[in-house]
Amino acid sequence: MSQAGMPVLQMRGIVKRFPGVVANAGIDFDLLPGEVHALLGENGAGKTTLMNILYGMYAPDSGEIWLRDRRVSIASPHAAIALGLGMVHQHFMLVQPFTVAENIVLGQPSPREPFNENSRDLHKRLDALSQKYGLAVRPDSPIWTLSVGEQQRVEILKALYRGAEVLILDEPTSVLTPQEADELLAIISRLAREGKSVVFISHKLGEVLAASDRITVLRDGKVVGTVAARETDKQALACMMVGREVVLSVTKTPAHPGETRLALHNVQADSDRGLPALRGISLEVRSGEILGIAGVDGNGQRELEETIAGLRVTTGGSIVIGGQDTTNTSPRQTGCCGLAHIPSDRYRMGMLGDFTVAENLMLQRLGSPPFTQHGWLQWDNVRQAARELVTAFDVRTPSVDTLCGNLSGGNAQKVVLARELARAPRVLLAAQPTRGLDVSAIEYVHRKLIEQRDGGVAILLISTELDEILSLSDRIAVIYEGKIVGLVDAGEADVNEIGLLMAGQSRQQGHLREDRVPQEAL
Amino acid sequence: MTTAASLPAVAPAARERTRHLLIALGTPLLGTFIGLLIGAIMIVLAGDDPLVIYQTMFLGAFGGGRQLTETILQASPYLLIALGLTAAFRARVWNIGAEGQYYMGALAAGATALLLPGVPGYFMIPIMMVLGAAGGAVWAFIPGILKTRRGINEIISTLMLNYIAILLVQYMARGPLQDPQGFLPQSAQLVNADRLPLLFGSRIHLGVLIAFLFVPIIYLLLWRTPLGFWLRAVGSRASVVRYAGVNVDRMILFAITFSGALAGLAGILAVSGDGFRLKGDISNGYGFDGVLIALLGRMHPVGVMVAAIFFAALTVGAQAMSVVSQLPASLASAIQAVVVLSVLATDAAVHRGRD
Amino acid sequence: MNWSLLLSTAFIVALLTSAIRLATPVALAVLGEIITERAGVLNLGLEGVMSMGAVAGFMVAYYAMMAQLGVWSPWIGLAAGTVAGIAMGLIMGWLSITLKADQVICGITLVLFGQGVANYLYRQTFNSIAAQGPGMAFAPIPGLSHIPVLGPVLFDQQPTVYLTVLLTLLVWVLLFRTTWGLKIRATGENPAAADTSGVSVTRVRYQALLMGSALAGLGGAVLTVAQLNMFTENITAGRGWIAIALVIFASWRPWWALGGALFFGLADAIQYNIQALSQVGLGAKTLPYEFLLMLPYVLTLVALFVRSRASHGAAPAALGRPYTMRRVE
Repeated sequence: MSQAGMPVLQMRGIVKRFPGVVANAGIDFDLLPGEVHALLGENGAGKTTLMNILYGMYAPDSGEIWLRDRRVSIASPHAAIALGLGMVHQHFMLVQPFTVAENIVLGQPSPREPFNENSRDLHKRLDALSQKYGLAVRPDSPIWTLSVGEQQRVEILKALYRGAEVLILDEPTSVLTPQEADELLAIISRLAREGKSVVFISHKLGEVLAASDRITVLRDGKVVGTVAARETDKQALACMMVGREVVLSVTKTPAHPGETRLALHNVQADSDRGLPALRGISLEVRSGEILGIAGVDGNGQRELEETIAGLRVTTGGSIVIGGQDTTNTSPRQTGCCGLAHIPSDRYRMGMLGDFTVAENLMLQRLGSPPFTQHGWLQWDNVRQAARELVTAFDVRTPSVDTLCGNLSGGNAQKVVLARELARAPRVLLAAQPTRGLDVSAIEYVHRKLIEQRDGGVAILLISTELDEILSLSDRIAVIYEGKIVGLVDAGEADVNEIGLLMAGQSRQQGHLREDRVPQEAL
Repeated sequence: MTTAASLPAVAPAARERTRHLLIALGTPLLGTFIGLLIGAIMIVLAGDDPLVIYQTMFLGAFGGGRQLTETILQASPYLLIALGLTAAFRARVWNIGAEGQYYMGALAAGATALLLPGVPGYFMIPIMMVLGAAGGAVWAFIPGILKTRRGINEIISTLMLNYIAILLVQYMARGPLQDPQGFLPQSAQLVNADRLPLLFGSRIHLGVLIAFLFVPIIYLLLWRTPLGFWLRAVGSRASVVRYAGVNVDRMILFAITFSGALAGLAGILAVSGDGFRLKGDISNGYGFDGVLIALLGRMHPVGVMVAAIFFAALTVGAQAMSVVSQLPASLASAIQAVVVLSVLATDAAVHRGRD
Repeated sequence: MNWSLLLSTAFIVALLTSAIRLATPVALAVLGEIITERAGVLNLGLEGVMSMGAVAGFMVAYYAMMAQLGVWSPWIGLAAGTVAGIAMGLIMGWLSITLKADQVICGITLVLFGQGVANYLYRQTFNSIAAQGPGMAFAPIPGLSHIPVLGPVLFDQQPTVYLTVLLTLLVWVLLFRTTWGLKIRATGENPAAADTSGVSVTRVRYQALLMGSALAGLGGAVLTVAQLNMFTENITAGRGWIAIALVIFASWRPWWALGGALFFGLADAIQYNIQALSQVGLGAKTLPYEFLLMLPYVLTLVALFVRSRASHGAAPAALGRPYTMRRVE
């Protein structure tokens, strides 16, 4: 699969600093022609920064980049594209209202400059290109009508159309079902066979072992080592990634569920576009248990989270929290009924970045005594209570008066967690609680969630990380296209089956893939 | 184990705060200086000596008791309007209609006073103030509800209402409310009872005091009450405010209505403190300048107070200067605009440099 | 009310002819703002840009006339107005794109700056003399202008009207038929996608902004040079703001912009043709002229209200947000 010889790409001594952090601390990386080379590391290790430098989005503070035998300086994505580099980002860079064809040719000269190319000719050329690499797309469909997998194929075609010889894929399977991920890995193999060189960024051990020839592990901005995939295993890689022995699963005692604290009956709701997003969700969460909702992003998780929290109106059904009907009320009401909410998007919903840690820690309680008395805010009381929480939850911050936006992702999430748990909730809605966090922060959040559950809190966990669902939940439900398509006890859960349900297929329908199924338990 | 990304900031809190304060004060000062410099260039291009011009303007604004009085008088409508706008702008509610709200406040209160000349002053004046605030509040509420219910951009709606309000007052002054004893398009004078009492034996009237009283009031509102906190939070990230269970629409409506009320109050205070008639030009562009002053004052009550006095000084000084030199008084508005522009640029440049 | 006179051909023709002519400055500004906003830049400074275009256009046309340049004078004035617009666009671009200051604040400040400087410049040059510029002759298209009703309305207009229609076509072609237009629209929808596709977001936004303010400056110049043939303080009277409202009303589409501007032109025309109206019985007693003057502003509010639900999804997604390279992790 890979041809030894002169590397097609070499990055030497790359250093990149951002305020308060060194993202890349002298990294050496090379890529052989026709190889698939994985860049492995946890969140915050510096993998995406390195590739963003390669693609011209940042300038390195020092270091060199060599393409074949020429030293190059890449000042912008435009320059990178001209040098034969192509990148598929984790969050797709597609213009939603444009068609596939328009996205692919954006920024590229047309044969009829200054006018756009004739669409028939363009479509013919694109069809030829997509046949060559097995990337079927419909050139005149608007992007927003495409599935996630199709959109990703458009992204890859976009890079190939611009003559990319080196392809960089940033966490490409994070938005795919296990089956779509398999298809993608097959496409990557084919690209390598056709002579392209692929860099594959990931934090998923199984995938990386299955798909790549060599693996470079990054930790804290430095290269820990580069190994051949067939000469290593998950345990060794995990150890390199984190720097210590990693417990690959969370230990927890069996659950002792009590009364039902959260109940949804046939809840229906629309998405922002006005299309049905929840098509009749019914579920119950009892005190002292964690119900995990597994599913690929975009199947209604956000709408589910928002309707329960009182942030989105339902078009049918009811939501009952602690015995009280909270359908279509408000976050204030749900809070009064004992719901705490760890939001999936901490920057959009969870915290005010321009305000202090103290203000964020007391957010919902600012208007009540002792924080407000006779109509006036008592900032001393606010700060004191905040300091107590900071200590209790080990939030790393210079003071409670630091702006929340200056905290790291992990500490910001701790602020959100501390705040929500300090409200002594009876029901906890935790949506993507460890998104973007490093391993120790993830461990902390997981520990706290188990702690809450052991204390009798009913927890609804919504996550797109299947391994997180598997390790934390007592019961697992799968959401697909706005419906719950499966509900099992964790002990009886079969990863294959869950993967199929996430893709909308069950054992009865479709075919079951017997060969290599990705095992994603970290 | 923490990754590289979680290293805390290093500077101790006190040093950080002083630096923060220096930047907050120094940036607008630098911007003002640059703006005045550009103004000086404009004066040179017009064929005059900037030092002489600036000196004349300075003396015209601060040179003596009478000049100082004039400057303070001019500053008070600027100040009151800009303070109200500060509360609105902090919530990112861009009320550009303060001019119209000023007019409507003056109209509501002034018309009532003209129609009921017999009511005693100690009764009428508080009523006028309430009506003035109400008039401005209602005129601001309309674009507010258009924004919250229909998503209509408040910048445009408040502006359209500006023009409508001014024309309405012009019509009233020329028509139904016209002074029966004259030919000019203006109303009769307010009776003596309805004019604001004067203070310190000068021309400084009650309205001036009220305007300056609002400086601490706005500060307390924004930084010492929960309402003020949520207003500032809405201006920062409204989606988080929603998540926290606070009604964002209600905050927006309050912000715009409150700023309208203050503008309307400024309107009647100006009319019953000085001028005493309703006509088409009871404002000197106070509403628009109020926007500039709120921005120049970095949306902080103390800064706004300084900015209001600065603006008033430029206006009064320019009037004095235009008498003795060949430069027109509208030079003041040109310089005012240049100063705000350069403060904006300096502020953006400094913050960009820090990112 | 003299209905027969009101509905007579002569009156309607006069009204429509005025409407088209009066719509022109606003139409140009709307076209310009459509380009700018399609690239994701919200230029609220239009009123200031038009003011500067108006004063620059008028003053240059006046001096050209004084310099005996005859029939070229108004055109030189129009060119000057366009250049003034570009200069204002550069200031706006520097502040909001390069320095990344808040676009809303920049725009409002630019309006006050443009108006203040324009008023001052005129005062400084002309004192209180109400100067008269060279004006611009009508240019009837031979043959077509003799068609009954439609002829004089559509084909007996000033050349600036024909120019505006031509520009509308050009803007449409530019936005929807060229690669450059694709880049502009992409930048307004998803600047990150444009950036990673190799498009220079900064460059495209500057280009769109400059084109937009050039057109707005031209619009301001048309107002003072071709239409009113004079300049006074705040002569633009809110046209820049109305243009911004009309962009929303037109759903960011060039041909609809013409329609919206015509709507405004009609409101304006009614006010100008007050003389004719009073003959019809609609005099000052029945309807005070202040209320007629209010008409354009009221109609703008109505237009916004009517379109408010419909246009919610039509705006370029990244409108008004400065694009910075987001730091990942």
